[in-house]
Amino acid sequence: MLTALLILFPLLAGLLVFFVKGNAARNLALGFSIIEFGLAIGAYCLFKHNPDACMLSFDHAWVKSLGIHFSVGIDGMGLLMVLLTTFLVPIIILSSFKNEYSNPHNFYGLILLMQMALIGVFTANDGFLFYVFWELALIPIYFICLLWGGEDRGRITFKFFVYTLFGSLFMLVGLIYLYNHTNVDGLKSWAVQDLYNAGRALTETQQSAVFWMIFIAFAIKMPVFPFHTWQPDTYVTAPTQGTMMLSGIMLKMGTFGVIKWLLPIVPLGLEKWGFTAIVLSVVGIIYASIIAISQKDFKRLIAYSSIAHVGLISAGILSCTQQGIQGAIMQMLAHGVNVVGLFFIADILFRHTGTREMDKLGGIRGMNGNFAVLFLIILLGSVALPLTNGFVGEFLLINGVYQFNATIAAFAGLTVILGAVYMLRAYQKIMLGDRNDSNVAFGSLAGTDKIVLSIICIVIVAFGIYPKPLNDIAEEAVKTIMLNLK
Amino acid sequence: MIKLIGLVPLFPLLGFLINGFFGKKMSKSLSGIIASVSILASFILSVLIFVELSGSTEKSHIVNLFSWINSGSLIIPFELLVDPLSSLFLLIITGIGFLIHVYSVGYMHDDEGFSRFFTYLNLFIFFMLLLVLGNNYLIMFVGWEGVGLCSYLLIGFWFKNTAYNNAARKAFVMNRIGDLGFLLGIILVYVTFGSISYNEVFEKAGTVPTSTITCIALLLFVGAMGKSAQLPLYTWLPDAMAGPTPVSALIHAATMVTAGIYMIVRSNIFYSISEVASETVAIVGVITALFAATIGLFQNDIKKILAYSTVSQLGLMFLGLGVGAYSSSVFHVTTHAFFKALLFLGAGSVIHAMGGEQDIRKMGGLSGKIKITFITMLLGTIAISGLPPFSGFFSKDEILAHTYEHSPILWIVGQVASMLTAFYMFRLIFLTFFGKFRGTHEQEHHLHESPPSMTFPLIVLAILSVFGGLLGLPEFWHMPNWMADNLETVILRKSPSTMPHEKEWMLMGIAVLSAIATIYFAYIVYRQKKTLPLKEGDKMPGFQKLVYNKFYVDELYDAVIRKPLDVLSVAFHKFFDIQIIDGIVNGVGSAVKGIGSGVRLIQTGNIGFYIISMVIGIVFIVLVTFLI
Amino acid sequence: MINGISINYYLLLSAVLFIIGAVGVMARRNSIIIFMCIELMLNAVNLLLVAFSTLHGDASGQVFVFFIMAVAAAEVAVGLAILSMIYRNVKSIDTDILSNLKN
Repeated sequence: MLTALLILFPLLAGLLVFFVKGNAARNLALGFSIIEFGLAIGAYCLFKHNPDACMLSFDHAWVKSLGIHFSVGIDGMGLLMVLLTTFLVPIIILSSFKNEYSNPHNFYGLILLMQMALIGVFTANDGFLFYVFWELALIPIYFICLLWGGEDRGRITFKFFVYTLFGSLFMLVGLIYLYNHTNVDGLKSWAVQDLYNAGRALTETQQSAVFWMIFIAFAIKMPVFPFHTWQPDTYVTAPTQGTMMLSGIMLKMGTFGVIKWLLPIVPLGLEKWGFTAIVLSVVGIIYASIIAISQKDFKRLIAYSSIAHVGLISAGILSCTQQGIQGAIMQMLAHGVNVVGLFFIADILFRHTGTREMDKLGGIRGMNGNFAVLFLIILLGSVALPLTNGFVGEFLLINGVYQFNATIAAFAGLTVILGAVYMLRAYQKIMLGDRNDSNVAFGSLAGTDKIVLSIICIVIVAFGIYPKPLNDIAEEAVKTIMLNLK
Repeated sequence: MIKLIGLVPLFPLLGFLINGFFGKKMSKSLSGIIASVSILASFILSVLIFVELSGSTEKSHIVNLFSWINSGSLIIPFELLVDPLSSLFLLIITGIGFLIHVYSVGYMHDDEGFSRFFTYLNLFIFFMLLLVLGNNYLIMFVGWEGVGLCSYLLIGFWFKNTAYNNAARKAFVMNRIGDLGFLLGIILVYVTFGSISYNEVFEKAGTVPTSTITCIALLLFVGAMGKSAQLPLYTWLPDAMAGPTPVSALIHAATMVTAGIYMIVRSNIFYSISEVASETVAIVGVITALFAATIGLFQNDIKKILAYSTVSQLGLMFLGLGVGAYSSSVFHVTTHAFFKALLFLGAGSVIHAMGGEQDIRKMGGLSGKIKITFITMLLGTIAISGLPPFSGFFSKDEILAHTYEHSPILWIVGQVASMLTAFYMFRLIFLTFFGKFRGTHEQEHHLHESPPSMTFPLIVLAILSVFGGLLGLPEFWHMPNWMADNLETVILRKSPSTMPHEKEWMLMGIAVLSAIATIYFAYIVYRQKKTLPLKEGDKMPGFQKLVYNKFYVDELYDAVIRKPLDVLSVAFHKFFDIQIIDGIVNGVGSAVKGIGSGVRLIQTGNIGFYIISMVIGIVFIVLVTFLI
Repeated sequence: MINGISINYYLLLSAVLFIIGAVGVMARRNSIIIFMCIELMLNAVNLLLVAFSTLHGDASGQVFVFFIMAVAAAEVAVGLAILSMIYRNVKSIDTDILSNLKN
């Protein structure tokens, strides 16, 4: 029940916000999203108390003749993703308080609708429902990018939309194929466990086909090299809050999907093609990191760094080891927080100086020390320094990949070096040095900005030092997943 | 008392937090006091723990703080380990750390980033303590990366200077190259042993094939190369002198750069098993020692000379590790911490007196003006040159004696390196403190001895440099070698030397005589002939030019790694990403569009045409249905 | 046999009617005539349905015919309306000039 409420609440809230005029919409959206976060915390407590609590799942027949159920439930990994989503949405809304958007009620309404769809994706236990939420999540972000985006937004948003939709259709075909192979007392079923069974009964060739069909959808969403070219443009063009939704949460749909909707379905296909997919992921890490070195626009740099990070996550997942998948989950949480922080930094820079070109910035360290410290902490989380949240995931990920193949792990590990190269270079260009031009006057941070950055930094450090509350859930969840893989 | 070990790193952490959050609002003296007192508290606690440990029979205590990362069979608790090795390092870190904090109060007094400086310094001590206290490799790695961060922050402390920032970035990135090796080593340890806690790993080390052990040992050594500035990853350390001088003394001489030594001593069992790995360590060490000492000959920046000397001394320590003389290397780490910290602080005092000037060509004749600095620095120089009975003599001699036993060739190279050390150190002394003053008139007027907060640490360190040798007297003197005895439980003790005593005396004699000869040579060159280093732009003979420019290693790295990476980055972005990959994606899009506009032409709008096609279609379907 | 006339004749007649209609639709450009030809084709089919319905003694064929007639009537109503609108706009009912959508 609680899960259904988690989905329903943002839907109603979003619809309500559509009808509110002016800045009240903003405050209302913030309030609703905080309540939603409270609900998620409630789910967390409930889950801690009893992971199988019936409050956490909900099942109602939707289209009986086709075996479609509105079946949602929170398991360990879903819970972590829901926590991430519900934590980030208020942060994202709060981070927009200093931006003036036209028609704010539409903007915030769309964000809440998107939240609804995202939570749906993370909790769906029915293949059809999963697909519906998956596509549903695309619609609000399409409008957010299209209506409030930057330069050349029409072309870029269109490409983003068509590209991801293109991938999703393959997934739909794959899911229907699996659905046609299900057999529960003579009936077909969309239930996740039935799809698992159906998938495992397939031959190796069939599994390979299903593997690629579903993987492409996820690979485009994440994105994995070489399906990434929509991403930098979209991240740069979208309004910052849209980028945060995209990179902070929506990207995790892909990685989440691989863990829940791909690995257990096609073990043979994975055995055959997993190596190829991991190589692609690792190539993506190095490739995107190297490209990031020469970027001039800070937002684009973050976009490429995000490709690199997600490449490591994907490689860890496909290694199919306890450490790899657990690391992936931890890194998904960490990356969500860090990348939102980084994009927020980019937003603040743009708001204060009117540019994100790193060559035009510099010397801000001397103008606002607090900002420099907060930026540095987020940056350190992003380069996975120990005792920041990024480290736990990265260590486990490289560990998992190492157990799969030591050479690949060594290449994947280059992210440790290259990440430091481009991030520190960016930090130096933006923050350090001496600059007295009037066009880089910075001034002090607004109150809401300070709050957002402080929360992000506290999370980064706190879960770096003591990741146990999240890590325990991830560990148990991955143990269950590993049972499914065998 | 040992149960309270958690407090040792906690005090600096508290100091860091207080200074970090409230530093700006506090007066300078208060934030200096808080920082220093927090280290002093750690030091006192370390001493108590050390004493208690010496008295107890149980030599290894593990204190569990909390459980950190669990993942299936990978269980990493946040545990601290107190044993003779870590407690010795505790003393060095907190002891010298405290002295340098005190010194910094004077040195940094006029800097606007005063409290920020102490914030970083306290954070550094915290991470350094974590590094040596951790009971598993990952905690060591936490400290390892943490000190790297602090080093980055402190090298780039004066963040308005682009060159300093570049140096800081270089240090961090080069360290990270090593860190990747370390990280992979840790993972290999886990994969091999199923655990990364020291006691569990070392217990099982004998049961694993030697090739695996070699891999682990080499990967860990890559980490050590980065942190301890060995070839080929040493170039960051001389650049790191961009940081304030106390930082150079604490981080880039006494403590952080010896982390690599600590790590190898900690994992000495791997290196004892794998001959390949230990040979590699020895050879890399000795080459670095010679290489850096050579570069040190012609440097003119007082801090750069000391930096190359540090690299060279670290090479010597690795040589010791490579030949299996672990306790000797730790001994040298200890004495080196004393005299190198002293030399750096002395250099800082000189720079302070000279109003920021670091070029020894512009100094000279300072001995009369800054007496305490001069005397203490002279003592440090004698110690590093290896003249008895100063501390450097004993530790260096121990390493070289063990080296001779292992391989006379390595011994010769090591001996040459230490002769070069004696030469350039005395060159520094002669050029700085003797002769005529060569700076500007203004500087001469300004010359003054540093405040007591700066001279006090100098004096303490000078005493330690002189008498530190007592910690490890040679075994063949039939005196207690406290250092080796103390570390017995951590280190597989080397079998007693089989060399005849005459030979040991001979080696010692050669070392002392060659040092004295070199110093005399330096005396002739720089005192009697009054040779001065060439000025900027003067034409230099070929070899000197090569050495003066540090063998062009930085330029080489630039040309081979940095520039190609930049080019590759642009090429990947502009050509490969936008043209090819995105080109294919857009190509698919435009292909669909093209096919669409092609097919569109069939829609002529002529109804007759539509109907004819329809009828033909129907006829076709009917035919197909009936005939097939 | 229906009242002494072989089913073949019905078939033949309806085929001839259908082909006349089809050729008319294809060959003529006047919309009205095309319309009438469509009606012809429909009625050819109706004839066939009725004939077979009688032959098999099954009334459902006749029911179909009623449906077709009703739909055809509706279609004529709509179709003629469209035609008259086209005529009002372009003063012609020649199908060849109705190709504005082409570009």
